[in-house]
Amino acid sequence: MTWITKPKLHHPKLPVNALGFTHRDYEGAVSTLCAGCGHDSISAAIMQACFEIDLPPHRLAKLSGIGCSSKTPTYFLGQSHGFNSVHGRMPSVLTGANLANRELVYMGISGDGDSASIGLGQFAHCIRRGVNMVYIVENNGVYGLTKGQFSATADKGSKSKKGVSNPDSPMDLVSLALIAGASFVGRSFSGDKKQLVELIKAAIAHKGAAFLDVISPCIAFNNHAGSTKSFDYVREHNEAVNALEFIEGKDEITIDHDPGTTINVTQHDGSVLRLKKLAEDHDPTDRASVMNFIQRHNARGEIVTGLLYVEPDSEDLHDRLGVTARPLNALSDEDLCPGSAALDKINAGLR
Amino acid sequence: MSAGTPTLEQSTAPDKHSNGVGHSGDGAGMPPTDISNPAYFHKVVDCQWACPAHTPVPEYIRLIAAGRYTDAYMVNWQSNVFPGILGRTCDRPCEPACRRGRVEAEPVAICRLKRVAADNKDDIGALLPAKPLKKNGKRVALIGAGPASLTVVRDLAPLGYELVLFDGDRRGGGMIRSQIPRFRLPEEVIDEEVGYILDRGFVETRFGTRVESMTQLLSEKFDAVFVGSGAPRGRDLDIPGRSEAAKNIHIGIDWLSNVSFGHIEKIGRRVIVLGGGNTAMDCCRTSRRLGGEDVKVIVRSGFDEMKASPWEKEDAMHEGIPIFNFLVPKEFTHKDGKLTGVIFEKVVAKKDEKGRRQLLPSGEPDQHFECDDVLVAVGQENAFPWIERDCGIEFDKWNMPKVNEVTFQSTNPKIFFGGDAAFGPKNIIWAVAHGHDAAVSIDKFCNGEDVAKRPPPMTHLMSQKMGIHEWSYDNAPSNDLRHKVPMREQAIALKSIKAEVELGFDRKLGYAETQRCLNCDVQTVFEANLCIECDACMDICPVDCITFTPNAPEPMLRMMLTAPAENLTQDLYVSTPLKTHRVLVKDEDVCLHCGLCAERCPTGAWDMQKFLLEMTHAGEARCSRA
Repeated sequence: MTWITKPKLHHPKLPVNALGFTHRDYEGAVSTLCAGCGHDSISAAIMQACFEIDLPPHRLAKLSGIGCSSKTPTYFLGQSHGFNSVHGRMPSVLTGANLANRELVYMGISGDGDSASIGLGQFAHCIRRGVNMVYIVENNGVYGLTKGQFSATADKGSKSKKGVSNPDSPMDLVSLALIAGASFVGRSFSGDKKQLVELIKAAIAHKGAAFLDVISPCIAFNNHAGSTKSFDYVREHNEAVNALEFIEGKDEITIDHDPGTTINVTQHDGSVLRLKKLAEDHDPTDRASVMNFIQRHNARGEIVTGLLYVEPDSEDLHDRLGVTARPLNALSDEDLCPGSAALDKINAGLR
Repeated sequence: MSAGTPTLEQSTAPDKHSNGVGHSGDGAGMPPTDISNPAYFHKVVDCQWACPAHTPVPEYIRLIAAGRYTDAYMVNWQSNVFPGILGRTCDRPCEPACRRGRVEAEPVAICRLKRVAADNKDDIGALLPAKPLKKNGKRVALIGAGPASLTVVRDLAPLGYELVLFDGDRRGGGMIRSQIPRFRLPEEVIDEEVGYILDRGFVETRFGTRVESMTQLLSEKFDAVFVGSGAPRGRDLDIPGRSEAAKNIHIGIDWLSNVSFGHIEKIGRRVIVLGGGNTAMDCCRTSRRLGGEDVKVIVRSGFDEMKASPWEKEDAMHEGIPIFNFLVPKEFTHKDGKLTGVIFEKVVAKKDEKGRRQLLPSGEPDQHFECDDVLVAVGQENAFPWIERDCGIEFDKWNMPKVNEVTFQSTNPKIFFGGDAAFGPKNIIWAVAHGHDAAVSIDKFCNGEDVAKRPPPMTHLMSQKMGIHEWSYDNAPSNDLRHKVPMREQAIALKSIKAEVELGFDRKLGYAETQRCLNCDVQTVFEANLCIECDACMDICPVDCITFTPNAPEPMLRMMLTAPAENLTQDLYVSTPLKTHRVLVKDEDVCLHCGLCAERCPTGAWDMQKFLLEMTHAGEARCSRA
């Protein structure tokens, strides 16, 4: 952590977005995580993404559980809504909040402990229900707050800081999300901000459950030789399947010069995901082949990153339940208590 | 939407590492920055770099903040010799250079902080250099007792030189005493700081008699001669009516010195000051205190092009003195041998085909301004009628001695020039800088060394880390705007020529102003082999001056950074290649030196290290680090 607050003085020529904000207006409190933590880079990418899509900070709700990762919502978008919930229970709280008010952008911030261990069930069901959200797991493979035990995402054979080898199989959250029916799945690396920012922008625009597994090296407990979540290891084994360019609906879409290597995926809100293909046998819209692809590359020890899967015509929880489009707090007494005539009508329908 | 075609040539794919992790442009990029070159970090300390005497400004500002006024004073005294005087009168080239002015509206009030050190220091007598135990047998004559000569005396006296100082006035100080009005610089301050040099028995003074002949002086067998006689001649304005109305037309600097020495105590009610430099500002403000009620400054050029420092113009206008511009004096009007006014031609500024600015008649009718007295402050000239042209000193076509710009040696190897006498009118801080350099040359010359070989500055680079997140300096910059210096109430200030207008910062205000300093001498030092490229420094930097990027030629690289580096006068700090073949690039331009990059760095690749650069003065140059 840092003892001084980040100085207010900023670069005199900072660009401003459509709201007249600079990226610094998207900051939160100064981080209290260890120096160099990958999570801080992810926070920086979230701020940059929100700045670039002109998101008014008060339109974002950030929810988290417990863990180093779950502390981070304090460190970005200080002007937004936040809820730091119980360990592994963020998905339920997020689901509830989303049902109550679908007009906000929901961002769940979790970690490998919070989502792959104690919260595994919550994670899977929240994805399964298609809650409209961006679910980010800041994945470092260790329990940092309790000094570096292996977490459920630590790879088999990965070495701890003390040199002990991990005997258990890892939980691959990307595969799990695909099985559970996530309509947007990506993986990135805290050390590759350019890729990460575009993925976050695309995920925010996506309707439905968008899951991002972000490998985020733990400088204090998991950045040594033998670790498979260290900066060096991830850089060496990183296989980006595509380079994503997020194009907002209002932007003009230029004609592609190289159709053989690029595909455009249009999402329901009109935004376009322009994907420059980097892996030959990867089709991001075919769930079964993507699962196959991931297993194949996992077996080779490669870490595939990029936009792995996207379902352009996705639906969300509200569509499935057919609930009111209005936030609950905007419903009037008449809406909530339409009177005995309405009740009679309903009862008649059930006879 | 379209599904991608599975056939794809690997070679057509862009670099899979989208953040540019890949190979740099093989030697086409910028070379790594050589921080072992003292000039690199020196340039980052904008104030010190801009100061002709290279005063370590942030160092003394921190000492003021710590309440160590005496130490702050001595840092100044070592470097610029006249902290109390300069703290009131310096032309402050440091302030326009100050980094604070680029990240916020206004620079740190460096000059006025210097005065805080001078006002609050304890007795410094014991800290001044001791009288040398024995003389070194060399005799040096110094002509003119102004800031340049006094600096040479200060530097050479402790080395055992026998010094003889000549001046036409009865007291030392030169233009500091004769031309700067007392309401800007009280006489006690001059006496004190000139006294530190002259009253310690280091030097023989021959005051009250002008040196009339260089040849005669040389016959006294001095080993070296230093000419620091200033630019003592005020330029006149030869237009119709000049001789007829001579009684009420005064040359600015002569008039100011007559006021200083008490020979003049009054001026007419309506006064016109001609000229737009700092002397003109002193003339008009002095007039306001000697009976001038309706005082105007009238300049040929535009207001913005005036030579006077912006704050001096402000001070004058604050005292109710209007400045009229684009008016060229044409004629002094007079009646019965008495001045009645000045006729001006209205001009406009236009550019000629070559883009040079010209003042051309506007065609409007001439304007007549009535007045009782005119002060002519249209420039100063050097004058060397007392140097015989056969004594070995060559003069150029402008009748100025040929002086080496580095060594200050004239074509007569034993004669050196400095201050305004060397290269025409500048200001005190330049005279001091010249004095230091000339003293180095004289010392080398008298010891048979090559004067062209200049001593390097002394530099220290030391980590300021005290604890995990603790630094030996206040790394959180204050958000305060520049504090205003308290002024004496105008009604009282205008009543007396001696009442100092500026009261100076008190300790509390002085402290508040010190906290605006960004400590630019505490350098961000980067060790590439420790870096793991976690981006923490880039993410935390409040001014977006850090970028990890593939290398490129400088003009391209400047545009590739997190925030474009458009200020070409500020360097880029480029690392050696990192593991990903990228480089770390730091734009020095608006760095706050807050140390957050170093605090967030997990491996200590960044460190905050204080760079202290001290110029090498005479004596030190030979003894310790030749």
